Amino acid sequence: MTEYIIKNGCVVDPTQGINSQKMDICIKDGKFVDKVSGAAKVIDASGKLVMAAGVDIHSHVAGPKVDMGRLFRPEDKLFRSPMRGKNTRMEMGFSVPSTTKTGYDYARLGFSFVMEAAMPPLEAAHVHEEIRDTPIIDEGAMPVLANNWFLLEYFKNGEIENAGAYASWILNATRGFALKCVNPGGTEAWGWGLNCITIHDKVPYFDITPAEIVAGLMETNEYLRLPHSVHVHANNLGNPGNYTTTLDTLKLAEGFAPNNDFGREQVMHHTHIQFHCYGGESFKSDSFESKSKEVMDYVNSRKKLTVDIGQVTLDETTTMTADGPFEYHLTHMNHLKWSNVDVELETAAGIVPFVYDPATFIAGAQWAIGLEIALFAKDKDRCFVTTDHPNAGPFWRYPRIYKWLLSAKARNDVIENQLKYGGKVIDRTYIGELADKEITLYELAQMTRSGVAKALGLKDMYGSLKTGLAANVAVYDIDPANLPSDPEQYEKAFGSCFAFFKDGILAVEDHEIVNYSMPKKTVWVNSIVPENKQVKRDIRDKFLHSYTIALDNYAVFDEHVHNPYAIKVDITS
Amino acid sequence: MSTVTVTLKKQPELYFEADLITPDQFAGKSAEEIGAVEISEGKIKYPLSTVATIGGAPGVTAAETMIVLNGDWSRVKRIGQQMTAGEIVINSNTDMYTGGWMKGGKITVNGDVDSFTGIAMAGGELMVNGKAENHVGCAYRGDWRGMTGGVLRVTGSAGNDIGTFMRGGTIIIEGDVFIHVLTHGEGGTIIIKGNVEGRVGGQAVKGAVYVFGTIKYMMPGYKYVDNVEAEIDGEKAVFAHYIGDLGERHPTSKNQIVFANLYLKK
Repeated sequence: MTEYIIKNGCVVDPTQGINSQKMDICIKDGKFVDKVSGAAKVIDASGKLVMAAGVDIHSHVAGPKVDMGRLFRPEDKLFRSPMRGKNTRMEMGFSVPSTTKTGYDYARLGFSFVMEAAMPPLEAAHVHEEIRDTPIIDEGAMPVLANNWFLLEYFKNGEIENAGAYASWILNATRGFALKCVNPGGTEAWGWGLNCITIHDKVPYFDITPAEIVAGLMETNEYLRLPHSVHVHANNLGNPGNYTTTLDTLKLAEGFAPNNDFGREQVMHHTHIQFHCYGGESFKSDSFESKSKEVMDYVNSRKKLTVDIGQVTLDETTTMTADGPFEYHLTHMNHLKWSNVDVELETAAGIVPFVYDPATFIAGAQWAIGLEIALFAKDKDRCFVTTDHPNAGPFWRYPRIYKWLLSAKARNDVIENQLKYGGKVIDRTYIGELADKEITLYELAQMTRSGVAKALGLKDMYGSLKTGLAANVAVYDIDPANLPSDPEQYEKAFGSCFAFFKDGILAVEDHEIVNYSMPKKTVWVNSIVPENKQVKRDIRDKFLHSYTIALDNYAVFDEHVHNPYAIKVDITS
Repeated sequence: MSTVTVTLKKQPELYFEADLITPDQFAGKSAEEIGAVEISEGKIKYPLSTVATIGGAPGVTAAETMIVLNGDWSRVKRIGQQMTAGEIVINSNTDMYTGGWMKGGKITVNGDVDSFTGIAMAGGELMVNGKAENHVGCAYRGDWRGMTGGVLRVTGSAGNDIGTFMRGGTIIIEGDVFIHVLTHGEGGTIIIKGNVEGRVGGQAVKGAVYVFGTIKYMMPGYKYVDNVEAEIDGEKAVFAHYIGDLGERHPTSKNQIVFANLYLKK
């Protein structure tokens, strides 16, 4: 049987409190073991950093929205499509990479699990087909539910058991992982050409507020005892002065307690919170300001909250979100092409290319706010690195973000040399007072591995090097005993791992992808609830009267789902 | 300036792509090294020396290098792509993408060119002594950043989609043009000496089009404002001046509303 030993590496694993200890990691038959035989293949990791493989909590990598982004941005691939390599197929794209490039790039970064951030339930088959075509990484997908007609009606009537039965049905029908909430109520209001800016704006027709929707989703989530919490993209994204909406949304979590068997401690994950920490009244430098401190002070004081940063990487990228009205707003700001779709009773989506130009004040300020959030976070197990790929930047820029967090020098270099209005950015944000702050490799591992896996309810599958777990591990060219003085080394090392094992199979060896054909999993939650005739009738009724497709054609077929791995959660027993 | 002469002796079964035939690639190379420069046919790459005879020698830098292409290059795409300096003279017709994304230097085509000539050109001079097909000086598919600089002149006629998403530079078509001129324009100047069928300046926000002949179908989004006298490309004339596209957004610059300007010779 296949055995490996990663020898003499410097190991960082927050799940076992291991902080830069020289030790060997043994792999046998796809799992971490205590020891292997002398026949094990040796990976010499002396002078190198060994971490559990990365876990991404929020990334748009599969589905109709991503595909539309690829289709309507051919220029994203221009001169950026290397021919097939020795072990790899052709790779395409910059901000919206092809499925193959997505898999390879995550492997090069040493990631084993990626959560597709927004799956329109009606389009679930498309999401799963793309997941199948994305090599190496395990994936899950979160159905978008905060503008769903069924749930809006159940929440309005306070019928949490019905909401639970419906959400459970959706998770099973779409092979979904968690309850995703995007611009609660606002996306439905967009169907009327409106939006919900505060959590108390009424949704037209349904006569319900975003506050009631978010609270309803949290109650439903804990009723179903799901591995992950409600995953919230709050109202009023991207607008100056929106931090009050963010705080109002976060405070909704106060009435709830986590209820699950997966070790998850939060009841709300607030995603890409950088976009939600703005003060001021306009994007001009005399008005716009960072409110990251105000938001993070609150997050730091509440154990029941987790966040990811949504870091702006100062690139040309493609924004894509189920927040339809926001994309409309954006296309009127930058006058670039816009795509919009309404997904019947469920959600909507929009896409607009966007250039985070370091020559503008606002891109610099957004860049600063994301890093402030990461640096202000007291408990790094509750604050994760993301770019809301591809909204604030492509995911393969993570190593650059690590560099900015690990090295104050690298950060200050951007302010001084790359940002045109660095001085103004310092004036209007907190980045100046964080000028010396740096995170450690241990904290980085929390923000990209252990904390993320725990928040997803997947701590027993990912983000750890514990014996018995699936052997997902990455080795990087960084020596914790002798940290590089040149911060560029961080970006280089984390961008192209020395070795990477996925389920105990060597995917990257000596910086090269050597195998991309190993089995990959689609992780989903098989939620089981008591039989609910009312909800069954409601579903039949809505499909008869309102959906464009028949109920029988709605659920994802088994053959759509690649190598499914179901996490069973039964609340009937 | 030193000259390299490349004479094509083998025709491709499909089409050749010669994006590496530029002064930038040739400069400072020995005859052998130039012979090893790759030319692609589909996914197969050939050393240039296997399909062409090469004579002369390049200069030390691109700016000191001139490339003369003899023989039949009518099935070769992407000649001079992304070149920054120096000169290419093509004594033949060429296929698509001639001078695409060029940033500097000069290309002279003594023959006809196919579509996408000077696509997303940023600088330099592209001279076609012949006619052109579609998408002259346009943007790459999907891109909102078209031609940004340089001068692109076609002595013959051209097809449609001239200067789409243009932001700067000058395109001169001495013959007739079919449809779509300066569509989505954000700057730059297009001069047409012949006649245009229609759709001039559709959705243009900024930029100028001069038409010396006639426009058969005027865009409804353009409004006549006044007559102006101007000397354009060495010719003095009186033009009827229109502004538009009135259906598009109208940014302001220095307290003035910005329009695309269309000048039609009286």
